[in-house]
Amino acid sequence: MAEALLRVEDLRVEFPSEDGVVHAVDGITYQVQQGKTLGIVGESGSGKTVSSLTTLGLTRRQGARISGRIMFGGRDLVSLPEGELRSIRGNEIAMIFQDPLSSLHPLYKVGRQLIEALQAHKDISRSAARSRAVELLGLVGIPDPQRRVDEYPHEFSGGMRQRAMIAMALANDPKLLIADEPTTALDVTVQAQILALMERLQQELGMAIVIITHDLGVVAEVADDIAVMYAGRIVETASADAVFSSPEHPYTWGLLKSIPRLEASRSEMLVPIPGTPPSLIRPPSGCHFHPRCAYAQPDHARIDPALEPVPDDPSHFVACLLEPEERRRLWAELKAGRIPEQALADVSAEGSS
Amino acid sequence: MSDPELQIAPGPGERAGEEPLVEARDLVKHFPITRGVFLQRKVGAVKAVDGVSFAVRRGETLGIVGETGCGKSTTARLVMRLLESTSGQLTFDGQDITKVKGAPLKAIRRDVQMIFQDPYSSLNPRKTIGSIISEPFAIHGLLTEKDERRKAVQELMETVGLNPEHYNRYPHEFSGGQRQRIGVARALALKPKLLIADEPVSALDVSIQAQVLNLLRDLQRKFGLTLIFIAHDLSVVRHMCDRVAVMYLGRIVEIGSGDALYAFPRHPYTGALLSAVPVADPSRHGGKRRLLTGDVPSPANPPKACRFHTRCPKAQDLCSIEDPPLEDKGTGVLTACHFPLTREEVAEMGLATVTQSTPAG
Amino acid sequence: MTGYVIRRVVWGIALLIIVCALTFLLFRIIPTGNPAVLRAGRDPQPQLIKEIERVLGLDKSLPTQFWDYIKGVFLHFNFGYSYYSQQSVLSLIRERLPATLSLTLGAAVVWMVAGLSIGIISALKRRTFWDRASMGTALVLISAPEFWLGLLALLLFSNDIGKLHLFPGAGSYVGLTADPLKWFTSLIMPWCVLAAGSAAVFARLMRGSMIETMDEDYIRTARAKGLPERRVIRQGVRSSINPIVTLLALEVGVLLGGAVLIEYVFNIPGVGLLAYHSIVQSDFEVIQGTVLLASMFIIIANIAADIGYAYLDPRVRYS
Repeated sequence: MAEALLRVEDLRVEFPSEDGVVHAVDGITYQVQQGKTLGIVGESGSGKTVSSLTTLGLTRRQGARISGRIMFGGRDLVSLPEGELRSIRGNEIAMIFQDPLSSLHPLYKVGRQLIEALQAHKDISRSAARSRAVELLGLVGIPDPQRRVDEYPHEFSGGMRQRAMIAMALANDPKLLIADEPTTALDVTVQAQILALMERLQQELGMAIVIITHDLGVVAEVADDIAVMYAGRIVETASADAVFSSPEHPYTWGLLKSIPRLEASRSEMLVPIPGTPPSLIRPPSGCHFHPRCAYAQPDHARIDPALEPVPDDPSHFVACLLEPEERRRLWAELKAGRIPEQALADVSAEGSS
Repeated sequence: MSDPELQIAPGPGERAGEEPLVEARDLVKHFPITRGVFLQRKVGAVKAVDGVSFAVRRGETLGIVGETGCGKSTTARLVMRLLESTSGQLTFDGQDITKVKGAPLKAIRRDVQMIFQDPYSSLNPRKTIGSIISEPFAIHGLLTEKDERRKAVQELMETVGLNPEHYNRYPHEFSGGQRQRIGVARALALKPKLLIADEPVSALDVSIQAQVLNLLRDLQRKFGLTLIFIAHDLSVVRHMCDRVAVMYLGRIVEIGSGDALYAFPRHPYTGALLSAVPVADPSRHGGKRRLLTGDVPSPANPPKACRFHTRCPKAQDLCSIEDPPLEDKGTGVLTACHFPLTREEVAEMGLATVTQSTPAG
Repeated sequence: MTGYVIRRVVWGIALLIIVCALTFLLFRIIPTGNPAVLRAGRDPQPQLIKEIERVLGLDKSLPTQFWDYIKGVFLHFNFGYSYYSQQSVLSLIRERLPATLSLTLGAAVVWMVAGLSIGIISALKRRTFWDRASMGTALVLISAPEFWLGLLALLLFSNDIGKLHLFPGAGSYVGLTADPLKWFTSLIMPWCVLAAGSAAVFARLMRGSMIETMDEDYIRTARAKGLPERRVIRQGVRSSINPIVTLLALEVGVLLGGAVLIEYVFNIPGVGLLAYHSIVQSDFEVIQGTVLLASMFIIIANIAADIGYAYLDPRVRYS
């Protein structure tokens, strides 16, 4: 395998707070290959956004304590001085966010915000930057870009705002685009347009994408590889096909079985994950997922599971203390629409915190 | 518009001849736009709901899906009588409630309860959950005995899967999912005849959504609830609802049994919605996506005749001239379209729906 | 937009008429001295008082007096005459306006520059010593009455009675055209004292607004674009200013009220001092003239703030 574009090694991000230290990212390792798409899946508080903001150095000024390495183009972004990191941000690595309305400056014209992005990294005249801005808006499928470039964000529809954000991210031909819940605030038909746009742009421009989302449907559409995060850790990572066809971690099962699917019969029961996501100040001992895991054994509260390859797929990693055979059996049952006995206990009553 | 009688073809498990609990005929809600130097004059209207007819039978769940600005939430507020309709007729439990005010309106408020989207902002942070859930009793002067009220509330808490011992806790001590349970308990307190859920899970984390959806389905079964379920998530609506109405720009474009509608959407907009849903299965990427182009037009100035014709891949001249009536196109589903999708077209889209459950006929 | 401006201007004029009526009534209803008596000198004959009342128009009914006054103001731009000096109110005000404008405009500059920059720096250096010290000082300045601050400044820094002989003291004001340097030095203390309260309020407002803005998503976007921090801050300032602009107009009233006291304390021959003397002497038409002038400034400031707000925020332009 070729050298990865981005290699994150044992990244930890902690925020000191009044209530204690928040362990937002708790030692994660992943890679992004050139021109490929990695989907990071998790719920709020899983650390998926913090890890990406850290890649761009955007958690530094929030007083984060950061350790580990983020290797990009032979440089470690964790220890890179702010000035050098700034020249990578928006240039070699660009990022788009969940809510395109609040992510665009409400008082500046869209064109000006694009020009700014260009001029931050290139010595380019205002008129050249402007024509490039028009070109970029056209590239992301905004009709009539000549006129639109002089409009304000509030004059754009939700989908067009996200297109404008993407145009801005693409301004300097990044090698890596980080998209944090890029379609969560959008309607389903607009979401489909944006995802199609991202796929098209990836093919045309050859950039790698990290897409962060809670929506398994979205990653299934666009991701080549998937990392599932829970409470600051990666619990499972594999190719998208493997995650959906033979998921290994009970949390991944939970995600897959707790969302209603269009193709499922109406009588199929959803299998919710009991309880609520844990506190990141005092995360559960051992396997972070054990308090919500229907299959947890007593010693899972003591032993920290390592992210290890599964027996017959060296590219499929899982951090689970269950025996591989046991996992296969449980998933087979779940997949067949049966709910394993252990999972049935205490399904409706939520943890009495 | 169409004859609403058509929609009252008997559904599963329904006693024949029973009147629907809710019936809306040609419901319209326009919000005026005003302009002027001294005198504010009306220059137009946002046609949030523009001629909607539907019926909700007792014990069934009607889902309303559509994208932002399609009028689904306004429709819910009209049925709740939080808004008064501009025109049209609304009956509830055999009574015309289009214009009711005062005491009869209060009685309807008692019979129709709502579950809101945001479990964080819809609960008063200064009240204990005991007093939040018992609020409806206080408003309607019921169960004035303190112990009685407490007992009723704790029963409700048990019903929705909350620990009754947490009676005296405050909302901030609960997680999002638990708060939504509190909202459900409050809505159930007066044993309403109709429950309206407006995006009840869209603010919740994925792992929590299923808890609330399962709770609602349990309650549907246990109490035979009549439910209007509003959501933008087509999979959730499919999971929860017997019948589904698809709205676009203030109109219902298609309404019918969920199974039939999802298996064989006839309206091109329904087809586009379904084909846009991302499927959690990378191996299913066979079908040809029907991507809609452009944006939803402004409800202040909707296209003439068929509202969808400006974005419809099948539109012809007729579509911009004549409003298509909502009628059965042979699948038992009512569709407002001159040129409905054919089986071949639907097959080409490779929709991830259960196709085998298409009803015969 | 033009429709909106027209509407605002018409309302402004209506408001001025109401202000006219209120001051007119107020000073005639409350028991102040009868200006005719005050003017007639010691032990006047009743006929003399009657005669003066007739000359001043005070013998007519109140509505007629009011109508005459309004007619004079709006049709002939005539604000009446001082009962004492016989000078027209307009010329009295015109004589003294330069001093007041020098004082208030200068103070406004000090107020905005100091207030906004201290606010911005405090927001960026949140929870540091600078932040705490400047916000603490601001609190003191907000609470301190202006005349007290003025007297304190004179006692500390004036070159006649002060501990440190730094600036010219009370009564040293000269016109800008007469001696620009002296004009400037004589106004330094009045400017600072008059601006202190408003600057402190705005430093706190700006700090709050700026802190809120710097947490916005679009600031994160600006950083993610790789903009230098200086540019990021500029974007933050740009949107933090907006909510402050509407409040600027409110503060203009405070500033004008303060000018009366400051002109008195520093003995600056401006409109404020004129107003003070005319109140003491029940010189009705002069009082009305100064009140009207002040209200006009406040109304204009409000309209300007609203237009400015619409100009600054494209989102309100279309409504």
